[in-house]
Amino acid sequence: MLTLESLTVGYDLPRGAVLADLNIAEQAGAFICVLGRNGAGKSTLMRTIAGLQSPLAGRVLLDHDDAVRLGAAARARRIAVVLTEREAAAGMTVEDVVALGRQPFTGWDGRLARQDRIIIAEALAAAGAEGFAARPFASLSDGERQRVMIARAIAQTPKLMVLDEITAFLDLPGRVETMTLLRHHARRTGTIVLLSSHDLDLSLQLADRIWLLDGKGGLLIGTAEQLVGQGAIGAAFDSADVRFSTERGRFELVRVT
Amino acid sequence: MTPHLSLRASGGALLLALLLVAIAIFEMSYGQVRLTASEVWAALVRPAGTDPVLVQIVRQIRLPRLLTGIVAGSALGIAGVLMQTLFRNPMADAWSLGLTAGGQLGVALIATGSALAGPGAVAFLAAFDGLDLTAGAAIGVMLMATAMASLARRVSAVTLLVVGLMIGFTAQGVVSVTIHFANRAGAKLFSGWNDGNFASVTWPDLPFLAAPVLAGIILAIACAKPLTSLLLGEVYATSLGTDVTRLRRLTLAATVLLVAPVTAYCGPVTFVGLIVPHLARWITGTARILPLLPLAALGGAVIATAADTVMHLPWEQHFLHLNAVLALVGAPVVIGLLIFSPTMRGQR
Repeated sequence: MLTLESLTVGYDLPRGAVLADLNIAEQAGAFICVLGRNGAGKSTLMRTIAGLQSPLAGRVLLDHDDAVRLGAAARARRIAVVLTEREAAAGMTVEDVVALGRQPFTGWDGRLARQDRIIIAEALAAAGAEGFAARPFASLSDGERQRVMIARAIAQTPKLMVLDEITAFLDLPGRVETMTLLRHHARRTGTIVLLSSHDLDLSLQLADRIWLLDGKGGLLIGTAEQLVGQGAIGAAFDSADVRFSTERGRFELVRVT
Repeated sequence: MTPHLSLRASGGALLLALLLVAIAIFEMSYGQVRLTASEVWAALVRPAGTDPVLVQIVRQIRLPRLLTGIVAGSALGIAGVLMQTLFRNPMADAWSLGLTAGGQLGVALIATGSALAGPGAVAFLAAFDGLDLTAGAAIGVMLMATAMASLARRVSAVTLLVVGLMIGFTAQGVVSVTIHFANRAGAKLFSGWNDGNFASVTWPDLPFLAAPVLAGIILAIACAKPLTSLLLGEVYATSLGTDVTRLRRLTLAATVLLVAPVTAYCGPVTFVGLIVPHLARWITGTARILPLLPLAALGGAVIATAADTVMHLPWEQHFLHLNAVLALVGAPVVIGLLIFSPTMRGQR
């Protein structure tokens, strides 16, 4: 279970708090999409929950453990991260990259036990990356790399997976595959998957729960139906040119020039 | 990862080790005076019953030079792996990023400072020859490593490299001027400071060269696992439980331990640290750090001793320079990297 307790995220002054006093509880196995416009604070929130950035106040609890106080090594055994950044990982094979997911569990020399190798093979299969396990990571396409990074996160056997805008470089079928894969993984293993995305349509269709950042420091939580019904999606995203149609459940251009 | 890969690594290590033995035998017997293998063997194991001149050549000249080449080559090879990983730059190396130059400056300044301070200081310096020259080099290498590490976060890989090479030229100029004044003030200094050289290390020097290098190798082995995670970038490394700030400090410390004594005793040895990590990665087929370290050590030792052997072949006219020999092998590799490596072409 992931619990945010009076969590305030942001930066030192002058920028200050981005999102304040968040109280959220999510159950194991939830597939959660974090939506909001650029600058609404998605990445700041995701980074804070992942432990890559300190909260300004409050706590992030994972099964009653304070994720900040756990320390980097213990946190790495519970939380896995996938980011937009495309790292070249020069000289690494796909299998090497996925094997890094086991690093929090190995000894000083990083030697993989039999069990680790089984987990790596399963993670490669779960992410649909077993076909190119032996290839150099740098030779892969964007979509393939994303799969490998997800396989690495799965190999980390986390309780919480934090994925920040990872579908940005993928085409539509690639995005659908990635999101269904993650949803399936959450269901199957009980991992909480927290995915920030600009894919409103897909997120609304696939997410168990939506965290909607309204861009004014507020965070609304609910299922897609609830948020659409409240008109919250439109409130967060509508602009002069585009508006969310509650009846059709999708965005429409206001005027076509 | 797979047994196939570790087979590649151990097979490659075995080949490099055999090559090193072959070079060692060749280097011990070949030179201005040509000896047979049995003469070398006799001089090594039965010095009492052998021609004292031969014993002198084998035990006091060639063997220390060979061992120095092995220690320095291993140190530079491992330091190259550490630096290329830490700087995320396939051309990073103690020499190319100006660390060697910093070390040279440190040594030159200590020697000159004591020369200008007076004969007492020179005597003190002479009494603690190995320690204080290494300490001077260590301070220089450390300052330069820290400066380059902070610069690396602001500029591109290529810019960093050009800055490093320019620092190298600057240091050579300053060292020349400094040595000029030091000699006038009567300080004893190593000759040939603008070229690498394994021949000036004697038996009493060797422990001062080898001990810090050994410590550096141990530290490098301890850093190998977290350094592997750094191949994915700092954020991923952090998310995998690596304390990146601490890792950066430890890796720089290991680099200083490896590079400073080599710079103090052998001068600027070029290209070894730059090309050896690529050789090691090519042999193992992976960039994971731990399997690379033994191969980088062996590869560095092979290249350093091979270049030293070529330099000491009985040339008719004059001596070759060590760095000239190394440049013949190293410079084409660097050009190839500049043209073909994605990082150097700026498509990170």
